[in-house]
Amino acid sequence: MDITRKLEILADAAKYDASCASSGAARKDSRGSTGVGSTGGSGICHSYTPDGRCVSLLKVLMTNACLYDCHYCINRRSSNVTRARFTPGEVVKLTLDFYKRNYIEGLFLSSGIIRSADYTMELVIEVARKLREEHHFRGYIHLKTIPEASQALIALAGRYADRISINVELPTQQGLNTLAPEKNLARTEEAMGHIRGKIDERYGEKRKPDAPKPPPFATGQSTQMLVGADVSTDATILGCADKLYTTHRLRRVYYSAFSPIPEPSSILPLKAPPLIREHRLYQADWLLRFYDFKVEEIASASAPNLDLALDPKLSWALRNRETFPVDVNKAPREMLLRIPGLGVRNVERIMSARRYTGLRLADLIRLRLQMKKLLPFIVTADHHPARLGLDSDSLRARFLPPPEQLELNFDAPPEPAANDFLSVRSGEL
Amino acid sequence: MRTIVIEPEYEAWRTAARLLLAQSVKPDEVLWSDDPQEASLFVSGDPAAKQPAAEVIKVPSAFMDMARSAAAHTDSKRWALLYRLLWRLTLGGERHLLSMATDRDVRQMQDWFKAVGRDIHKMHAFVRFRLVGVDADTAREQFVAWFEPDHRIVRLATPFFQKRFAGMDWSILTPYMCAHWDGERLHFTSGVPRSSAPDEDALDDLWRTYYRNIFNPARVKISAMQSEMPKKYWKNLPEAPLIAGLIAESAGRVQGMLETEERPAKPAPNNAYLKSLHEMNQSNPAKSTEESDKS
Repeated sequence: MDITRKLEILADAAKYDASCASSGAARKDSRGSTGVGSTGGSGICHSYTPDGRCVSLLKVLMTNACLYDCHYCINRRSSNVTRARFTPGEVVKLTLDFYKRNYIEGLFLSSGIIRSADYTMELVIEVARKLREEHHFRGYIHLKTIPEASQALIALAGRYADRISINVELPTQQGLNTLAPEKNLARTEEAMGHIRGKIDERYGEKRKPDAPKPPPFATGQSTQMLVGADVSTDATILGCADKLYTTHRLRRVYYSAFSPIPEPSSILPLKAPPLIREHRLYQADWLLRFYDFKVEEIASASAPNLDLALDPKLSWALRNRETFPVDVNKAPREMLLRIPGLGVRNVERIMSARRYTGLRLADLIRLRLQMKKLLPFIVTADHHPARLGLDSDSLRARFLPPPEQLELNFDAPPEPAANDFLSVRSGEL
Repeated sequence: MRTIVIEPEYEAWRTAARLLLAQSVKPDEVLWSDDPQEASLFVSGDPAAKQPAAEVIKVPSAFMDMARSAAAHTDSKRWALLYRLLWRLTLGGERHLLSMATDRDVRQMQDWFKAVGRDIHKMHAFVRFRLVGVDADTAREQFVAWFEPDHRIVRLATPFFQKRFAGMDWSILTPYMCAHWDGERLHFTSGVPRSSAPDEDALDDLWRTYYRNIFNPARVKISAMQSEMPKKYWKNLPEAPLIAGLIAESAGRVQGMLETEERPAKPAPNNAYLKSLHEMNQSNPAKSTEESDKS
């Protein structure tokens, strides 16, 4: 099989992993070496495919042959997909050739599990070792690890990689038992705990000044959860994510709406969830990480799923109207962060400007804030929203998408607009 | 023979602005011009005519950093606005001015800063190097790229490529200025036409193979793609000619998936590792970390 055919199969097999992050690595570059590569700035998206996803890394599998039978996955053993396998040298050459042309800024290498966890892990690590040690490659490397692989191999993977990850895939063991019978949530979390230990050891501040520096290790770990493949509610998904963020200090949890695959399983009938659900989960994720929201405030036992029509911050504000209006000239930071349409950066701008001037509506307009969203919830030196009806029933309707759009999309809610995506990436909600 | 462009831009403004400030020249007494045909940068008198004031005026370094980037914007009003801000921050007594994102002038500088930053970021992303040869003496690979920036960012954007691609020789050509790295020195020459850069690289086909196969036809989001990769960049991206076709065939591909007969589960193969996994799962199937923490 030639390299083009292998690349077709093994890129196609890797596309269901949403992660493309290439930021947050330790600063390093190729100056003074014969190689190429640098990391440490904000990530660069070198291209975009028409699915709206960025291409920053060469994302491939070592092989798509797999012992496991995860029913949402095109590579499961019951699938009839054509199988292929790269040699480590082939992946190394592809990575360097693509990198030197500035198509990509690194490699995201994963693999179907063949023979055993350790055998597979060794194959993946060999690519990273060659890149780092034989070719002095200093670009970004993300390696997928297997929870059941030995500690020594995970330590070695972390030594070569900037980021390592293990996908939890589903937020409950019941879900995994049905759809991914080889996977185990407890073992995954145990492995994440070990990885967190290694990261803390290397980058924590508690080390004694004379103690030797621990070996190099990836600066972060991330994971992915499938949305809509099982019955889990948004509350369950966000609860799981929140636990992973706090217990194992993950850098990112990716949410991937289950989408039809070319090799459907009889156990998992194809019924894709609306993409907007994935989008709302990302927005909720930002609220957890940067806006001091608690999971229960966003998705509770009584309303376990996010409102698909409104973003979760606006939705929270409409459920908690007694909190508003908030005076942008006086309110503390944590209250400003609760105002719909006011993102983290603009909260900082407001806090620094109001030390010198009483903010008026014209000032907020100059900050290009979303005034329509903001007005019912704020007080400024020249504005009080009482007459705009914070108590009125029509306030929710004011924010809903236009009715004709709702009719058109009665079954599937509208796709988010382009600036919605921007807001998710920048975290300005 | 090579042309070396001495084009200090921001530095020229800074030198002039320092002199003007030292002489307490008010912003509305200066006209700034970008036109190199004009003999002097200043229409309203020669700044050297007055004696500089003795005192050294302190300027926040945050302002100078931001001004340096904003100065790369192509808006002809930038020199005047930057000087007005400099004046207000110092002699004007508004030392806190940079904290006021609500101020019209500050906002304008931030907008330019942001536009230039985005242009630099897109240059880092969308430059595509083409292999043109291998140096016979040094055995270093030589690459050439073509890029069309919106602003005058070549000097600001190229140190990144120096760090990232130290081990290869490269040139990035643009219509107004070119940058060259030979392993020792980053230097700049004047701009060249598009025809000076190669159109293709032998690897472009393999890259397009990757691009075609990493795309998921079941989740088309064209607006999300275009907000980050606007069409103006497409003509220099080897993968862009695939976009229309991928979109056009996506609905048919998804329909094909939906019509595919569902595959039944195959029995587990005889594999020792798989058996050990199933045994582990059965011996303690619902173990969670909370429980293991308690025990």
